[in-house]
Amino acid sequence: MWNTVFPYILSGISVGGQYALIAIGYTMVYGILRLINFAHGDVFMVAGIIMVYMAASGVPLWLCIPLVLVLTALIGFVIERVAYKPLRTAPRMSAMISAIGVSYTLQNLVLYITGGLNQIYPTIPWISDSVTIFGATTKMVTVITPFLTIILVVALVLLINHTKIGMAMRAVSRDFETSQLMGIKINSVISMTFVIGTFLAGVASILYFTNYTTVIQTSGAMPGLKAFVAAVFGGIGSIPGAVVGAFIIGIAENIIKGLDIILFKAGILSGPVGLATFSDAFTFALLIIILAVKPTGLFGEKITDKV
Amino acid sequence: MKKVLAIVLAMLLVLSAAAMAETVKIGVYEPASGDSGAGGKQEMLGMQYANKETPTVEIGGTTYDVELVYADNGSSTDKAPSAAQQLVSAGVSVVLGSYGSGVSIAGSQYFADANIPAIGVTCTNPQVTAGNDHYFRICFLDPFQGTVLANYAAKELGAKTAYCLGELGNDYDQGLLTYFKQAFESLGGTAIVESFPTNTADFTSYLTNAAAYSADVFFCPVSIAYSTQIVQQAASQGATFPILGSDTLDSNVVAEAAKGTNVAVIITTFYQEGASPAFDEGFKAWLNEDSEAMTNNGGNDMISAVSAMGYDAYYTALEALKAAGSTDSAAVKAVLPSVTLTGVSGAIAFDETGDAIRDAAFIKKINNETGDWEFVTEQTVE
Repeated sequence: MWNTVFPYILSGISVGGQYALIAIGYTMVYGILRLINFAHGDVFMVAGIIMVYMAASGVPLWLCIPLVLVLTALIGFVIERVAYKPLRTAPRMSAMISAIGVSYTLQNLVLYITGGLNQIYPTIPWISDSVTIFGATTKMVTVITPFLTIILVVALVLLINHTKIGMAMRAVSRDFETSQLMGIKINSVISMTFVIGTFLAGVASILYFTNYTTVIQTSGAMPGLKAFVAAVFGGIGSIPGAVVGAFIIGIAENIIKGLDIILFKAGILSGPVGLATFSDAFTFALLIIILAVKPTGLFGEKITDKV
Repeated sequence: MKKVLAIVLAMLLVLSAAAMAETVKIGVYEPASGDSGAGGKQEMLGMQYANKETPTVEIGGTTYDVELVYADNGSSTDKAPSAAQQLVSAGVSVVLGSYGSGVSIAGSQYFADANIPAIGVTCTNPQVTAGNDHYFRICFLDPFQGTVLANYAAKELGAKTAYCLGELGNDYDQGLLTYFKQAFESLGGTAIVESFPTNTADFTSYLTNAAAYSADVFFCPVSIAYSTQIVQQAASQGATFPILGSDTLDSNVVAEAAKGTNVAVIITTFYQEGASPAFDEGFKAWLNEDSEAMTNNGGNDMISAVSAMGYDAYYTALEALKAAGSTDSAAVKAVLPSVTLTGVSGAIAFDETGDAIRDAAFIKKINNETGDWEFVTEQTVE
């Protein structure tokens, strides 16, 4: 039984870790700006495309990785300055529509550059190697992802709780205007949030595309959407919530894909019934249920009504 | 000043109209983006090469320049109608395409309404031509292809259990899965069919399923973007079963993905490099001098079967235009059923539903060391 279930859990943990890194970007931006940054999934895809072109142009891989991370963070910074900052005083809906605009701009830009052809992601040595653990063969990156995710999340939590910029972030997320009055430079705090969020999306893109090696302009859509669901599931605005939500969604969707065979081996089903088809439907059904039952998510902040 | 400008513009109009009169337009209804973008571009390459080789055609005693009018259907059935309408309003005499049966079916009605005939190049689903008189096709059909593959799996590979995977809502995938399952089960095997949602990148769980069912063969007639993922993930999971594919997998992109791995990939296709040396040579020379064409071919000069089919489709269209003696689409449609041609992929003639009369498919496999396609056998089904 364990041997049947384990490979699915392994896939789930791996993809969950990647969703988690993307979800942090959504949740941090939401926490500070109350903005759902719909372009986040596309920044993740653009990071993949940059890697493809950089490796193809002959830059050595050990240099590509830090460069991709820096460039991705830079893109996040620029997007915020160009598309969101001018709308800071505008209604929240305007910034969200601007985010959708950025999302489509990035997708179409990549469509234009690649000509719509799928690009094969470069093979990064060591993490692309195959390993066998507990009888399941997979890529090294699958094993590394959850650990790397946890290390990065711990580092992020330390940064938020124990540094000056972290304190500023907490203050801004609590009360935008008062913190401005207290002398916090709002713009640099918000820029820093975007830089951290997109940096993590860059890390996620390296892990994700090493596993699933094809990059096209729509590659960011599904992971972005799933990560967003994970962030809402865990309680948008909460970093631990986003991570837990992402792992739950990653594992659940992979278990559903293998549910037929698991139930079949357990003797509950007599033959395949095609449950695998519903793996995505399940993710979104879960979102609806969570929103209906607990609108603030698993770890969401309590809403206190202002009198 | 205004008068001068008006006169100049008017003259330009007249001039361009005069130039237009000598041009016949052929619509290229292909995906240049999306999941099938790579395949669509390779199919277009065949047409572009043919157009470069024969840029003019004699219709009713006048020599016309052939202009290819492109419309990108984006590999998706919701973008297909606007691409089809674009071609209709451009006033094309005949349409070629599309790569992918789903988009062909989605665009079909718009061509029918405008009385424009369409020649399917590699869309293999029976629904494309069934029940209409304007859609023709020059390739074999899925019931045939599915049967060939099932026979090969059962007889040559000795498979007892086949795991079959296709994209949800894709007419091409689902059609082939059905025909394969029917044929494979009538040969005494067991076929397990599953589907994945559009935009899936993580196939590890499906590959685990196949291994858990102890499948002898993994049948996935999916788009190129998905098949490269499947091949690479199968390699990293150390899959032992061979991957069986249909004509969509016949791309150097897929061969590139399997290079240096232990995954066996076997497919059916329309054309085998070497069947027409003159075409092979000319096409490769063209790819090597045109860097954009080279990029669209995936960066090397391997010939995909769809390029050969695109080439044949272009000449079929020229034959039809010559026979019609007019650029009027209705006239072209009227003569198309009787058009015959010996193309690089074999003899082309249409039956009463507008399908090509073909009874052979090529079987190819990837050489894992060199990353090239190798000819295995030519399979016929009675």
